[in-house]
Amino acid sequence: MSFPWARHYEPKTPLTQWIDSRLPLPRFVYNAVGAGYPVPRNLNYFWNFGVLAGLCLVIQIVTGIVLAMHFHTSAVGAFESVNGGIMRDVNAGWFLRFAHANGASMFLLVVYIHIFRGLYYGSYKAPREMIWLIGVVIFLLIMATAFMGYVLPWGQMSFWGAQVITGFFSAIPVVGEWVRVWLLGGYAPDDAALNRFFSLHYLLPFVIAGAVILHIWALHIPGSGNPTGVEVKGEQDTVPFHPYYTAKDGFGVGVFLILFSTLIFFFPDYLGHPDNYIPANPLSTPAHIVPEWYFWPFYAILRAFTADFILPAKLWGVVAMFGSIILLFFLPWLDKSPVRSANFRPGYRIAFWILVLDVLVLGYCGGSAATPGVVIASQLCAAYYFAHFLIVVPIISRLERPKPLPNSITEAVLGDHGGSRMTETALRA
Amino acid sequence: MATLEDGVSPTQTIVPPGDPIENPRRRDYLKIAAVSVAGVGAGVVVLPLINSMNPSADVLALSTTELDVSAIEPGQAIKASFRKQPLFVRNLTPAEIAEADKVPVSSLRDPQTLEERTKEGKTNWLITLGVCTHLGCVPLGAGEGENRGPFGGYFCPCHGSAYDTAGRIRQGPAPKNLEVPNYAFTSDTVVVVG
Repeated sequence: MSFPWARHYEPKTPLTQWIDSRLPLPRFVYNAVGAGYPVPRNLNYFWNFGVLAGLCLVIQIVTGIVLAMHFHTSAVGAFESVNGGIMRDVNAGWFLRFAHANGASMFLLVVYIHIFRGLYYGSYKAPREMIWLIGVVIFLLIMATAFMGYVLPWGQMSFWGAQVITGFFSAIPVVGEWVRVWLLGGYAPDDAALNRFFSLHYLLPFVIAGAVILHIWALHIPGSGNPTGVEVKGEQDTVPFHPYYTAKDGFGVGVFLILFSTLIFFFPDYLGHPDNYIPANPLSTPAHIVPEWYFWPFYAILRAFTADFILPAKLWGVVAMFGSIILLFFLPWLDKSPVRSANFRPGYRIAFWILVLDVLVLGYCGGSAATPGVVIASQLCAAYYFAHFLIVVPIISRLERPKPLPNSITEAVLGDHGGSRMTETALRA
Repeated sequence: MATLEDGVSPTQTIVPPGDPIENPRRRDYLKIAAVSVAGVGAGVVVLPLINSMNPSADVLALSTTELDVSAIEPGQAIKASFRKQPLFVRNLTPAEIAEADKVPVSSLRDPQTLEERTKEGKTNWLITLGVCTHLGCVPLGAGEGENRGPFGGYFCPCHGSAYDTAGRIRQGPAPKNLEVPNYAFTSDTVVVVG
């Protein structure tokens, strides 16, 4: 959408006029991120992360397409093609490989901040539920893609990651073992599994790109939210996306690229696991199988279930792990509060920060060996994670008395100053 | 089809008996039948796509493994390979057999006796897949000096599943005993697995 005061695209040259009357793609871009899209004037830097996530996707697709040109898709050749061919022999191959592997970490980091931004500022609330739902779908697709990409170098962690993750499916009652064998195309991860993971790892980013277009489309119907959570009341509350947020996002992109470059050039292996430099050995498990850092919280929830209770512990773990993400689909209806931004919700604000802490502790537990203390901490934190969404948020949204909301975005930004300036303008008029 | 030769003007419509205008639901059967056939057709087309992901013939061809177990002393175990998965072959000592038989079967998560898990007269040969039934890791205990866990069988350190001397699950998240594949002794010392 656009607010009535949105600028209209006016092609100036004969060429752009010719294009606009045949395929109005420039018009589409202008209305998406140009002056055709009025955006609340008070967005803070947390609103950079959507654009950064888009940038990450582009970086991953571009580096991934080139890396695929040098990769051997076979259990015999994959490890050597990555660690020998790409890292040593291919020109700049080391750079592309590190950019792609660390790019995945940066992508997930950016996406997590983007999601928590949504949680804090109530971006999932009406009328933006559909944006949130598509966002959760994108998150699931990113997780699947990241997992399958991690398997491809066929090191010890890759191989055992594939074994463990596909092992989840064997928890399905009755047909589970058959499903696992079908997914792997064999009894253990091997050529068949590696080939199909590669195929899907190449395909899914384009599915993600499609879902991102839907995500942005859904965003442009109600327009962007903002840190106050107050609706746009009039033209004075918005600025055109370009040049205001193109400039602000540009600065964010610069900061992002500095961090990303630091990671690639100075700590390229910091976030990876050293065991993945050992070729896959189907006969020996690493002492401690861990996923990449961005899956640690979910891995901790999986491991939190150690005792049978009606269902086997294994099934509980798998159900809880998937449930912890599926739960997010229901959040718009679990949180009934009419106020969006946690800035005006004292109770929810506390619950939000406890959830952040809870997820960080879960992450720590998921990255540690499963000692008794860690297991108990995972159990408590997993229980709180579900309680947050299913109990705490619904109760808070009923009981809490929100702080008074500002009358408008402009008033929140400029306070009395803005009020008086507006009065002055009104007087002069 | 009406033509001008029939003496009917082109704009005029003829309503034959049983026409959809008189019997508007008549066409529904046609639509339902057409969509059903198309749906079944689309469903059938998916089958080869799904089936292609099942283990291929070359994977299934690796389905038997022959092993000479004569060199395995009582108390020792070896790790072999069967269908590209680890296979544990263990020569149990009389003490280990006694320990396995001592356990009341009803107290087990996956109740099975050692006799049910071995061949008659060969109770000392415990042959199982070396695949933890939790999430597929390879448990420790088959190699020399490896941690056999609190029940003296196998131990998976990844998620803490402990198996007893009969390879039965006793502690931790794994739901089943270590799987016993199909196998047969072709002589006193040769086993064919698969």
